[in-house]
Amino acid sequence: MSQENAIEVRNLVVHNTALTAVRGLDFTLPAGARMGLVGESGSGKTLTALALMGLLPMGWQANGSVRHDGVDLITQSDRALSSRRGRTISMVFQDPLSSLDPVRHIGQQVSSVIRRHTQASKKEAERRTVDLFRQMSLPRPEQLMRAYPHEISGGQRQRIMIAMALACYPQLIIADEPTTALDVTVQKQVLRRLNTAVQERGSALIMITHDLPIIAAMCDTVAVMYAGKIVEMGPVAEVFRNPRHHYTKGLLDSQPTMDNIALDGSSRLASIPGMVPPLHSLPAGCAFHPRCAAATEQCMSEVPTLDDGPRRAACWHPIGATVPMEVA
Amino acid sequence: MAANDTSLVPPLLEMRQVTQTYALNRQSLLGARPQLTVLDNIHFDVRPGEAVGLVGESGSGKTTLTRILTGMEKPREGHVFYDGRDVWTGGAEHWREFRRSVQVVMQNPRSSLDPRMRIGSSLLEPLRSLKIDGDHAARVFEVLDQVGLTRQALERYPHEFSGGQLQRIAIARALMPGPKVLIADEPVSALDVSIQAQVLNLLKDLVNNLGLSLVFIAHDLSVVAYTTSRVSVMSAGRIVEVGKPMDLFVRPQAEATQNLVGAILTVESGLAGNALG
Ligand SMILES: Nc1ncnc2c1ncn2[C@@H]1O[C@H](COP(=O)(O)OP(=O)(O)OP(=O)(O)O)[C@@H](O)[C@H]1O
Ligand SMILES: Nc1ncnc2c1ncn2[C@@H]1O[C@H](COP(=O)(O)OP(=O)(O)OP(=O)(O)O)[C@@H](O)[C@H]1O
Ligand code: SF4
Ligand SMILES: [Mg+2]
Ligand SMILES: [Mg+2]
Repeated sequence: MSQENAIEVRNLVVHNTALTAVRGLDFTLPAGARMGLVGESGSGKTLTALALMGLLPMGWQANGSVRHDGVDLITQSDRALSSRRGRTISMVFQDPLSSLDPVRHIGQQVSSVIRRHTQASKKEAERRTVDLFRQMSLPRPEQLMRAYPHEISGGQRQRIMIAMALACYPQLIIADEPTTALDVTVQKQVLRRLNTAVQERGSALIMITHDLPIIAAMCDTVAVMYAGKIVEMGPVAEVFRNPRHHYTKGLLDSQPTMDNIALDGSSRLASIPGMVPPLHSLPAGCAFHPRCAAATEQCMSEVPTLDDGPRRAACWHPIGATVPMEVA
Repeated sequence: MAANDTSLVPPLLEMRQVTQTYALNRQSLLGARPQLTVLDNIHFDVRPGEAVGLVGESGSGKTTLTRILTGMEKPREGHVFYDGRDVWTGGAEHWREFRRSVQVVMQNPRSSLDPRMRIGSSLLEPLRSLKIDGDHAARVFEVLDQVGLTRQALERYPHEFSGGQLQRIAIARALMPGPKVLIADEPVSALDVSIQAQVLNLLKDLVNNLGLSLVFIAHDLSVVAYTTSRVSVMSAGRIVEVGKPMDLFVRPQAEATQNLVGAILTVESGLAGNALG
């Protein structure tokens, strides 16, 4: 593994005894790079993140290889993984209230992460915690040290979670829907703080969300997941401006943004018909075919795989493919 | 005047000078309980067949306004009028008509439907509780048709449906009593992007095809702009600006409106690299 990569994921499969929820992911994230992971509810984003963190729920198992910091995380012991979490790799969860301890002071919770992974004294760890709070633009950082989670707003709690994830300058941060539970105005502040903090530390970032504008604002590359697989990946601007997979295109078209609605009330949003298939009865061939207007016989029986190149898509009839290439 | 210009028609549902306060916990043992003014002298209305929006940051008072507009809560001061008559003093017959004619769709379809009840029973429930007579089965089929669900749905339970389908079911249930006004409080924020569009289109169709009035509440201005033709902006319990969605976007006057407009992220602004400012 080259140290230039924050993480290399090969054929990651996440399953329990009955279901396979993540069905063979491959991606590489160079050090300091940022990848967005987008997909519908139930497409396997959170299970992917938890597999990388070694935090899969009871009954779930990961196979494949996940190279990070010179080791394969899949084969690491629970102890080795837990000494790594918060230090080389850390995660921000969607719901901060359920991941903070309700009966301990916030300051104590953050400074104990610092103490666990560094030689810092109690005093030093507390000083660094106050600094972190200040960096996250949290109001009255000293008082906040002695506040309980329920005494602060959702946006403030999420910034605390980010501070905690960043405390030890990890090589990789995984943020799972970090702002979905927040109001739009607060959302932007939190993203801005996350953005600069990640930048200052040179950490790599995996940003999980179903919100495409957030990925456009925060990431260099994007991987689009559908039913446990990556169906398209590449540089954000190219994927979003010229999607090749029909699901990606459908997602982009169904955004109610200023770009695609007339404000006189006359417009209709494009929407993807149907719904995400349940894991226990995935359609044969391309899992998206029942919802795809371009589906052919081939799509219904043969599984498309990601093609090669910088703009990969798993589609038998990718958008734009019929446009003749310029001949040299 | 165009056939669908409703601006000269009197409001169907209206609140005037509504103020609502809640008592907070005492700060000290003997002190008075401090009061929180959640709605401050609010005027809000919707005309027949009109779709109006209500936007505002979290905690600005949107859900409280909804509760008062539907009669779930009595305002401390001010009045709510349905069809020109004060609902709190209009008598039992008018109250019944009001409750039947104003229905709500909430944010989370999964928690608003009873998990142990078949969809069919959930749909009939409002007719029973509002004691509405008539051919209930026919009404169920009619409403299923309006929201694009098949009859198979009736025998099934909520856990057998996706979020988007459940929100359709919740909308169907709200339509059962034949309301004139539908109030939707963040109806799509719990749904996937690809499904959000389906539900937004459905709400729009209901306004156009059934002549329903819609009050659409959200904190995302672009979603509201898509569904409505007149938007009120709330901030800290007051309505600080009212306008057409286009005008609010292009020339936001109030600071709260400017903040909401500034908070909108789009794919293009994100790619341009200036979205986070
Ligand atoms: N603890 C669990 N027990 C059973 N099934 C689970 C569990 N966690 C996840 N799943 C299933 O695995 C699939 C992938 O779930 P995952 O949480 O990774 O989706 P996601 O992409 O993060 O979705 P969301 O956008 O809703 O967070 C889903 O079908 C889900 O129902
Ligand atoms: N029963 C109550 N007792 C005391 N305070 C309340 C009560 N209900 C609401 N509040 C307060 O009133 C204010 C307005 O709340 P409301 O739920 O109406 O806001 P909202 O605009 O719907 O916010 P959101 O976008 O987060 O749903 C908030 O400060 C809230 O904490
Ligand atoms: S493989 Fe076929 S069904 Fe799948 S996205 Fe491409 S065209 Fe559509
Ligand atoms: Mg998830
Ligand atoms: Mg609310």
